[in-house]
Amino acid sequence: MSDRGKIVIGLIIFVLIFTLPMTYNMVAKNKAVGAPELEIPPEAGKECVRSTEYMRPFHMDLLNEWRDEVVRHNDRYIEGPDGAMIEKSLSNTCLDCHSNKENFCDRCHNYLAVYPYCWDCHTTPEETAQPELVVAQQPKEEN
Amino acid sequence: MIEKALEGGKKYWTLIFVLLGIIGIGVIAYLKQFNEGLTITGLSRDVSWGLYIAQFTFLVGVAASAVMVVLPYYLHNYKQFGKITILGEFIAIPACIMCMTFIFVDMGQPLRILNVFLHPSPHSMMFWDTVVLFGYLVLNLVIGWVTLGSETKGIAPPKWIKPIIIISIPWAVSIHTVTAFLYAGLAARPFWMTAVLAPRFLASAFAAGPALLILLCLILRKHTKFDVGREPIQKLAVIVTYAMCINVFLILMEVFTAVYSGIPEHIDHLKFLFCGLRDAEGVMHASLVPWMWTSSILAIISLILLLVPKFRAREGLLVFACLAVFFSLWIDKGMGMIIAGFTPNPMHNVIHYMPTLPESLITLAVWGIGALILTILYKVVLSLRKQVEPTRYKD
Amino acid sequence: MGIDRRKFVKVASLASLGLVAGPPVKALANEVVKEAEHGCEGCQGDYLGAPRAVHPPKEAKRLAMVVDLKTCREHPDCTACIDACHLVHNVPDYPHPKDEIKWIWKEHFEHAFPEANHQFIEEHVKHSSGLLFCNHCDNPPCVKACPTGATWKREEDGVVMMDWHRCIGCRYCIAACPYGSRSFNFREPKKYFAEQGKKPQPDFPMRMRGVVEKCTFCDERLARGLWPSCVEACPYNCLTFGDLDNPDDPVRELLHHKFTIRRKPGLGTQPEVYYIV
Repeated sequence: MSDRGKIVIGLIIFVLIFTLPMTYNMVAKNKAVGAPELEIPPEAGKECVRSTEYMRPFHMDLLNEWRDEVVRHNDRYIEGPDGAMIEKSLSNTCLDCHSNKENFCDRCHNYLAVYPYCWDCHTTPEETAQPELVVAQQPKEEN
Repeated sequence: MIEKALEGGKKYWTLIFVLLGIIGIGVIAYLKQFNEGLTITGLSRDVSWGLYIAQFTFLVGVAASAVMVVLPYYLHNYKQFGKITILGEFIAIPACIMCMTFIFVDMGQPLRILNVFLHPSPHSMMFWDTVVLFGYLVLNLVIGWVTLGSETKGIAPPKWIKPIIIISIPWAVSIHTVTAFLYAGLAARPFWMTAVLAPRFLASAFAAGPALLILLCLILRKHTKFDVGREPIQKLAVIVTYAMCINVFLILMEVFTAVYSGIPEHIDHLKFLFCGLRDAEGVMHASLVPWMWTSSILAIISLILLLVPKFRAREGLLVFACLAVFFSLWIDKGMGMIIAGFTPNPMHNVIHYMPTLPESLITLAVWGIGALILTILYKVVLSLRKQVEPTRYKD
Repeated sequence: MGIDRRKFVKVASLASLGLVAGPPVKALANEVVKEAEHGCEGCQGDYLGAPRAVHPPKEAKRLAMVVDLKTCREHPDCTACIDACHLVHNVPDYPHPKDEIKWIWKEHFEHAFPEANHQFIEEHVKHSSGLLFCNHCDNPPCVKACPTGATWKREEDGVVMMDWHRCIGCRYCIAACPYGSRSFNFREPKKYFAEQGKKPQPDFPMRMRGVVEKCTFCDERLARGLWPSCVEACPYNCLTFGDLDNPDDPVRELLHHKFTIRRKPGLGTQPEVYYIV
């Protein structure tokens, strides 16, 4: 076939473009950026609902599970590691200990270029109004 | 087969690039919508569907109308339609794709669209509409490709395609029926809650679709030397005539029921369409009035041109009639139908809706996508036909 | 009577805060409420303004609301319930009506109850407003319409729920709702709050752009034993919330003694919001 040359050239161009990220790094002798260093939560020592080994790869599954249980099945509490009941809540339970979202959640998420949409709706303590405000705006009295 | 789309004359490429330009502008507008939300449209909590869903409704009809050439050809063995059947089927493909694209751009969370299949809800008409529309697209892709392939090779189409073609006939009726059910089942919207909505949708579809096919055939004859012949066009014109008569009849039924009974919930939507309606503050809202009267006048003109055989037989007048049918129905069944359903709202308030510029650009781009797909498909058909019967073409 | 209505309301709202403030406040509130319940024997069938228990009924099967528009319309400028609801649920107050989101709102009488209106209706009714929010229908058309199950009727207590994680924003539910109870997020709420320098409340998430939202009878507060925020906020006790399945519940008593209407009863949706007009 007379098209053989064209096909081979096309294939080579394809392979070159496709492997560009690797070849570029090889040629430029770039080293992989080290794994992000996560800041230990301020409340270190308090036990989490699951082990670190579980949480690191599967926290998103747990959150999805909680989400469905709370929203769809009105099943809102879970027994914590110390036996006390805790609320299945990202903003109000997870962030109680992991209050350092920027240095904990975000560092890893940014490194991996994942942008979970949790934060489109759920809030961090810094973002929200202080509880006093809620009290102040409770039922209005006339006069 | 598709490689035929890559070779063409200057006219062909000009058309392709103009369409790509329109699509490009629309994509930019859509990126704006994607980033900022549907706030860039004219929609509100009261008029929550508008231009996009109007186009969707109209185009489901165009997609379904392929049955008007498929049925005579395959069921009644009407040979005259031999050359245009594939053209009709190939209108259905871009029409389906445009419907889906309009649904997609109307979505608040487009990335979650697969939730419709992940969490199937058979009680929702929206779910069924997605299913039948998708099925219809697949049917037409398969039928079109297989029959065209066989024709190119000069062999009879494989036997297994026949039952699929037969299935596609009731399927076409179903897509528009289910689309009508989408509206007709809502107790909240008295304007839509009418049993004649599905028949009316079908009648208008079988008028608008074949009218478009006639126009396309005449364009092809003028610009490509591909002539389907006079007979099938005249036959299609008869189909348009009957369908348009039934459609106008059904609309008049609606008007009679609403006006004679005088129930405000029913008549107020028509008042909004044809006279304008005052809102709670006494402000008149009549944005659709000129459109609806244009639609009505076009419908009357088209009926005069179509019903008189002498006029219908003259292709110059037929073009006018088909354009009138198409635009009359585009207004009435698209914007008129959807917006009037939301106006007045359930609290009997009138809320103003007017499509915005980005909304219109996105709409135009989706039509551009449809036109592009149609152009490519027709180009393939024409090239293959030329190859098969070179003697028939003068160039 | 050991307690007047205003004092009661004060204490009842304190009581709900008791969950936060600690047991002493709660205990105190319980005492007062007991007294109040006793004292209401003298009400003689006038259930309006009857004291409210500390907590909403647990394990209710059919939650419903009775709105006393007679009392409500005496205070045309009061928006306590609306403010409270929109505050705790982080509902943005967009300036452009096109983007508007509302869970609970006041609508002119003729628009709230078009069927009940006529030319010579009592003057004070004619110019009054109805308080509108989701009817939590027994037979909700929005639920039937939803193609993903993002809105559903909770079997145990009848609340029409919303799952904002699943909603695809097709707005078919808005088309299907005969009461205009649903709003769509045309804009990004978090961004708007930031622009306005407003801080959201911590106990409830915000929504993302592109999903539909509405009143959920404060399901998140019910789960914590709190009354819906509108019920708690009303200074005149116009809102009575309870379980229709329990013959002794205040809502049943009210419905038994007062003439009530519902919005568009002819549609068969069986709204669970009743109005004393």
